[in-house]
Amino acid sequence: MCDTCGCNITDGNRHLIEEGGKHAHTDDGSVAVEVLQNLLNANDHQAAHNREHFDRHQLLTINLMSSPGSGKTRLLETTIDTIKKRYRMGVIEGDLETENDAQRIRQKGVEAVQITTGTACHLDAHMIHHALHQMNLDELDILFIENVGNLVCPASFDLGQHLNITLLSVTEGDDKPAKYPVIFRAADHVLITKSDLLVMLDDFNTEKAEQAVRHLAVEAPVTLISAKNGEGFETWLTWLDEQVQKQAERRAKGETTNPKLQTEGIHMHAQDTR
Amino acid sequence: MHELSICQAMLTQVEEIAQREHASQVTRILIRIGPLSGVVPELLQQAFTIARAGSVAASAELETELQSIRVRCQQCGAECDAETNRLICCECGDFRTQLISGDELLLASVELTREPEEEGTGDD
Repeated sequence: MCDTCGCNITDGNRHLIEEGGKHAHTDDGSVAVEVLQNLLNANDHQAAHNREHFDRHQLLTINLMSSPGSGKTRLLETTIDTIKKRYRMGVIEGDLETENDAQRIRQKGVEAVQITTGTACHLDAHMIHHALHQMNLDELDILFIENVGNLVCPASFDLGQHLNITLLSVTEGDDKPAKYPVIFRAADHVLITKSDLLVMLDDFNTEKAEQAVRHLAVEAPVTLISAKNGEGFETWLTWLDEQVQKQAERRAKGETTNPKLQTEGIHMHAQDTR
Repeated sequence: MHELSICQAMLTQVEEIAQREHASQVTRILIRIGPLSGVVPELLQQAFTIARAGSVAASAELETELQSIRVRCQQCGAECDAETNRLICCECGDFRTQLISGDELLLASVELTREPEEEGTGDD
């Protein structure tokens, strides 16, 4: 995508392309070729292809990212229980090993495909594409992708999803967004999970956590939530309803949306080209 | 940890370029990385020494240009340098800023040696 649309061409490098500088010869006779492609070009192409699949099948795809044990699967279980009658849902689970999470989801009566990555610390667009072939997308309204539990690597790989959710459980500490800025910057909604444990934790300050998110220039909603006692679920599910509605509106107009970060990046690069 | 995957993706692109340019060897790869790309240049460098083996870039050098973080305030319009976990406006303190640079993950250029035959005689 980015090698063809020109969004990587800036005022600083345009001359290299326009003035025949693309193949500048160096002193030793070798040739320097300007490229200006995203390093993850192949992944991005596959992600765009996945997104076309999702759009064609009229479904909303949401990628969940967090550290291991922050409650992604539990959030999905309670979400499925609550809105199963309203939406047809499917889940792609990513873990290094085991089918445990997919089995938990299947027990809720929802189709789940488990990706076991072996040693890979993240899901990529090719793995998702492979998993999609095992699913009937026509029978879904929402597809959740539960990424490998990891607060670093998943943020760098576009899977073709429309939206990102980043979870932070209260046991992890309120400064996590400051420590792992890349993954929290990517969030379209930050969920502070396991709020039922706050009574036992005197050192987690919810306002401080939200402020750390804001310091990353993130305007996305931050919601305190508990899959155990239901706190925050009304807010979370209302947001989800809105997103399903927005996706339907986009589809009606033949449009799509990229997860927040990529859209912002392309927008900024486009401004640079003026 | 994901630096090896990224390195392999980069080498696939480099191989394609080398093939298209009829190059026998890649001597230097220049990349631009911003701190907010989520990629650590040192780890990428280490991964590169492993991943390049047996490829057209087996003896190539990997050079990284680290990009600085700059934001533009959507409220007052100021442009400032920023830190990875503090992207707020340096003038008015508002958090609604846009990133101007700092999340790059770009393959900028590739230096290569052409096949010994005369240049420009190809059928392209």
